[in-house]
Parts: sequence; C-alpha cells; structure tokens
Amino acid sequence: MKQEFTVTVYTENQVGLLNRIAIIFSRRKINIESLNTSPSEIEGIHRFTIVINETEDVVRKLVRQIEKQVDVLKAYFNTNDQIVWQELALYKVPTDEIAEKVKVERLLREHGARAVVIRKDYTIFETSGHREETDNLISVLEPFGLIEFVRSARVAIIKESAGFHLKLREFEQAEPGEETLENEYLNKGKDVFVM
Amino acid sequence: METIELKPATETHNEPTITISGSEAVLNAMIAEGVQTIFGYPGGAIMPIYDALYDYSNRLNHILVRHEQGGIHAAQGFARSSGKTGVVFATSGPGATNLVTGLADAMIDSTPVVCITGQVFAHLLGTDAFQETDVINITTPVTKWNYQVTDASEIPAVLAKAFYIARSGRPGPVLIDITKNAQIQKFEYNGYTPCNHIRSYRPKPVIRKKFVEEAAKLINAAERPFVIFGQGVILGKAEKEFKTFIEKAGIPAAWTILGLSALPTDHPLNTGMLGMHGNYGPNVLTNECDVLIAVGMRFDDRVTGRLDKYAKQAKVIHLDIDPSEIDKNVKTTVPVWGDCKETLPLLTALLEQKMYPQWLQRFRDCTKKEEEEVILEELNPSGEVLTMGEVINTLNELTKGDAIIVTDVGQHQMVACRYAKFNKSKSNVTSGGLGTMGFALPAAIGAKFGAPEREVIAIIGDGGFQMTIQELGTIMQSNVNVKIIILNNRFLGMVRQWQQLFNERRYSFVNIESPDFVAVAKGYRIEGKMVSERKELKSSLQEMLTHPGAYLLEVMVGKENNVFPMVPQGCGVSEIRLK
Repeated sequence: MKQEFTVTVYTENQVGLLNRIAIIFSRRKINIESLNTSPSEIEGIHRFTIVINETEDVVRKLVRQIEKQVDVLKAYFNTNDQIVWQELALYKVPTDEIAEKVKVERLLREHGARAVVIRKDYTIFETSGHREETDNLISVLEPFGLIEFVRSARVAIIKESAGFHLKLREFEQAEPGEETLENEYLNKGKDVFVM
Repeated sequence: METIELKPATETHNEPTITISGSEAVLNAMIAEGVQTIFGYPGGAIMPIYDALYDYSNRLNHILVRHEQGGIHAAQGFARSSGKTGVVFATSGPGATNLVTGLADAMIDSTPVVCITGQVFAHLLGTDAFQETDVINITTPVTKWNYQVTDASEIPAVLAKAFYIARSGRPGPVLIDITKNAQIQKFEYNGYTPCNHIRSYRPKPVIRKKFVEEAAKLINAAERPFVIFGQGVILGKAEKEFKTFIEKAGIPAAWTILGLSALPTDHPLNTGMLGMHGNYGPNVLTNECDVLIAVGMRFDDRVTGRLDKYAKQAKVIHLDIDPSEIDKNVKTTVPVWGDCKETLPLLTALLEQKMYPQWLQRFRDCTKKEEEEVILEELNPSGEVLTMGEVINTLNELTKGDAIIVTDVGQHQMVACRYAKFNKSKSNVTSGGLGTMGFALPAAIGAKFGAPEREVIAIIGDGGFQMTIQELGTIMQSNVNVKIIILNNRFLGMVRQWQQLFNERRYSFVNIESPDFVAVAKGYRIEGKMVSERKELKSSLQEMLTHPGAYLLEVMVGKENNVFPMVPQGCGVSEIRLK
C-alpha cells in the first residue's frame, strides 16, 4: 500500500550530490513530493528531507540506494506518525479586501497565521503546519482575491532520533564501532575443512 | 611490456614540500598507486597532463587507443584480468562522452576503473566553450563517484579518494574531471597520501554473527541445498574460501556469467551456468532446492527469469558486500552482509561436513539430458557447417583451459561461456550486465596488459567486431599479443534467433555484411586467416596459438544456428527450453 514517507538523509556538503540523490528517484519514475536541504545539527553536515508517496518495500530499497552513495552518511525513512513535521506557507492578498471584508484578527487567530508585511496595496500572511492546515487558509483567502501562494518543502524531526552526533563519531573512525564483527571463528582456521 | 618497480599504495610519501603542476601531481598519484599502464587518447583540454606524461614515459606505460570507448574497455579488461584498478585518460567534450558506454558497463559489472578527463578552463565552465560538456552530470548515474577539480591543490587528495573508492567495497568506476587551469597551476606539493577511510563511505558492511549462525543452521538442516555464485567471489579474491565452503558443505554450485572461472570447470561440484542460456540442471533445480545460497551475485533478470516463478519453494541465504542488493530482486530469508572473503570462512566453520549424493545425481541426470539433446550435436555436429560450440571445444583441447577468454556480446558469448574450460580465476572477461557489443577487442588488449604472462583469446561475433574494429590499430602500434577469433555467422545472431523464435522469422535488419576481416587485419599488419572447413579448424587454431604476436582467425559458422537451452523472456527458470 502506498503511503507518505519522509526520507531523512545526512550528507557531506558536496556539489552535485543533490543530482545524485534526485536521479535515484527519477530513474525509477518516482515523483518527489517535496524536497528540502538544510544544515543539520552538526556543522558541515547537510540534511535532506524528501517526501514521497510509495510502498514501504520501494522506500526501503530507495533508501539503501541513497545510502550507497559515497557522500551520503546515513539515510532514514519514516511514516508520518514517526515524525513531527511542518511546512511553511505564504499568502499575498489585497489589503483593502482583507481590511474591509474579513476580521483580520480572527483570521490570524483561527489559522495560527501572522502578517509578515502589511502595505497599502497588499498584505502577506505566513503560517506553518501540516498540508491540510496551510490548505485551509488558501480556501479561506481565495474569495478575497488571493494574489500569490507558495508553500515550502516539508521539514521534519524524527521523534525517536537521538541526533546524529554519536553516529558521526562512529563513522569518523576507520574501524566500525561496537557492532563490529565478532571474528571468533576466523581464529579457528583448523576447523575449516579443506578437501 | 615493461615492468616497473612499484611503490606499494599503502606507503605514505612524505617528501619535502616542492612546487609542482597539477598535471605532475596527477602522474605522481598514478605512480604512488602502483599504476603501470594507462589507456588514453590526448586532446586539447588534457594537453598539460600529456605534456607532463612526456617526461614520465619511462615510469608510466601509456597505450594510445583509437577511440576513448576502446580506452575504457581496455581499462576494464586490464582490471578484470589483473584484479587491479584500470586507468583511462581522455579529453573534454567528445573524449569524455565517448567514455560513457564503458562507464555504464563498469558500473553494472562492478569493475574498478579510474578515468581522468580534461575539462575547459574553470572560468569557461558553463559558457558553451569549445569541447565543453557537463561531464560530471552526464556521468553521475554511471559512476560510483565523480568529482570536478578546479584547483590543483585538490589533486593529490581527490585522486587518493578516487582510487580508494574505485577498488574498495563493491568496486566501480570513478571519474575525475580536471579543468585545464588546474592541470597547469603550480602548487605546494606535500607528497601523496593514499586514502583508506572516508567518513561517509562504508565499503564493508559490519558482519552480523547472528545472521551467519542462522545461515549455518539453515544449511546444516537442508536436504537439497544449492549454491549460486557471481563475480563477488572473484572481486573479493575469495576463490579459495569459496571452494573450501562448498567442499565442506558438499553443495552443488552454479555460476552467473561473471562468476565464471572463480571455480574450475572440472570441479566435481561445479554444475554449470545459470540463467537464460545457462545449463539445464542449474535452472530447473533452482526451483527444486530447499535452501538457495547466493554468494556475491545480484539476481539479474537474465539469471532469474520471471521472479514470481523463481525459487519460491526455497529459503534464500544471500551473501553480498552491497546491502542494497539484499532483497532488491529476491526476498532473502537470511541476509549475510559483508565481504565474502570474511563471511565465507565464518560460515564454513559452522557447517557440518556433508555430501548429497542423490541430490548431486539429479544435476548429473540433467547434464546427461542436456548432453543428449543439445551439447553433443553442438560439439560434434552431424552437419557440414561448423558450429560455434565445436570451435570453443577445439580451442579447449589446445589451451587446456589455461587461457583468458574475452568475449563480446551475443550468441558467441553464450556459447563461449557455456563451453570454454577454465582452470584459473580471472580468466573470463565479458560484458555481462550491460551487454556492450564492441567490448571484446579493446578489453582483450587491456586483459593482455593486465596479465602479460597469459594467453589472451578474444572471441567476437562479426557484428560486435565491427563496432570497435579500429582498435586493431592499438594492437598494431603497441604490439599486443592477443589472439582474435571471429565467429562469423553473417547475422546479428542473437537478435535473429529471437526474431526466429518469437517474431515469426521476420528477420528485421539482422543481415550484416562484413568486410574481408583477414584483409583488414593485414592492413593493420596483423596476421590472419579464414577457415570454414572442419578439417582445417584444429590446425588453424594451433597456428593462431603458436604465431608469435597478434593473430586474427575468422571462422565461418552456421548461419542460422541457435543457442539452446533457453529460458524465454517472461518464463520461469524451470520452463527452460532444450530446443
């Protein structure tokens, strides 16, 4: 069953990496619903947040392909109940309409919005939230001559995540950390039968 | 071929700081990485590197190819026969785009290759300058890693990274694009430090002991276990570990086309080839085994046929160094991540010593059936015209399985892989995943440089030979001692076979005319001969093998012979057809 997944990718800051990640999706004809790149909790390490609508099986394979890229440190995928996420939206409306026909205050309160710019000719509102919430404000503002609308990509925090600091420290060591292979059999060469 | 004293790649060269050019840094990196042979073609944007190469020609052997595609296929052949990394130089624009087919081939067949391309001056990037193409973006999907250098000081570290990435983990092609200004620029050089760690790159996944134990438990309890193996065994240099594993467990084994030669042909547990034109037994019995153990292979569609009819009854154990291969095509019961050089001994230690005589007999019965219905007629034909199979079989008699066999793509490739004998690993060089016609001639050149002490025989169809025929010039100029057998059926045989079987003999554009190949070879000062009579076949092959230097033997074979067995597209492996 297809559902919304949020893929979080920790990467080095390399020119061309966005393309390398994007083509993993486009090669398989999978549409990216939203993509955001930003700094992460660690200086110098970037964080991609990618939203797609796919089955879990497909997403798992995609994430492995992403993780395989040399400049990718780690990739995670999560369903919506495993993350806290927001999208930011901006709305531009004619000021006179808004001022005359709607009680701006009520509008702002009900939609958790705030006015970013108020000019004689237009007003820009901003709100953040889930898709339905930002969509709601569109339908409210549309009758009053919505001039422009734009919504950002999703940014998400993984509820269970303890951050990337520990993982990075492990990655910076030439030898893998505590999960290291337990090599006890390798020392028992004579037990290995040779014809 | 000159051999050069090597400095091992692990050594750190802490030379006192000197000022050198980016081009010299490139060549110093080559020497530090133990590179002896470079395949390349000069051009405007890589001229500074070639100018520096002029002074390094006593330490680096540069082979001038006739086309950049030939250069990268040669580097692939070199890598496959030597187990080392192949190196290619090409210029910007068309030089670089001509590499793309070889990059795609090396990517899908996991071949370690480092390509250095020249690029226009950094200040001209994006201006549609002469011979400028966006090489990095063009090659992104077909490289394991690529990087554009615009400042000479980056060169030592970037090349160290390039070599490390190309050869480690699951190997693959790396392309480094160097702008002309960076090649010319002088910088403070502190020596070359090889790379052995990149924090964002995990070449070897951590082995989980739990999975090794679960896998051993499954194998020990199995009644009809079956091992299928691929090139991972060769790339992991784990031939010995693999042999010990199947011998202790007593499990019959079959190979993918790239796994060929990892296990000697005559080994009693070697049951043959998997896949579309593989052997009857391995295909049919894939769907009867109870535990299927896949080692260093990726369940390509040419191996599995229809996935929903593939080994559905079996528990699957998959050993692979690339975690993204686990569950990609076939659902795994127990995944064993890791380098098979390490995982195989871990697993072997936990196995009971066993034999499965009845189960092995099933394979032998299948072989007998296949011999009766296909192989005997192919190798000892009753008709007058020569078959591809008997050419390979006669060659086996003469080489005793000691030669490196390089094949192109098509019917002759399937026949050669089915019937050629191998005693040693790294002896089969072919384009498996990408199926690149034109691969064999340049790859054979590279294979010879990679293993100069060995006999290298290229087996090529009349179609594929004409795709990279110009590399005869490379053979001529660099005196490359390769033997070339053209199996000429005057058709693009594999497509014709499909048209015959599935398109009601509508032979659409498969009728290919050829020049007089022997005369063409003579034009390149390469000895050659054409043979079409059975009685002359063996002596002609002998003549080819004893000839000092390159030789071309054109063998006229049956026009409309088909390769069987065959798993038709869209069918399960057990639906394999013997005719």
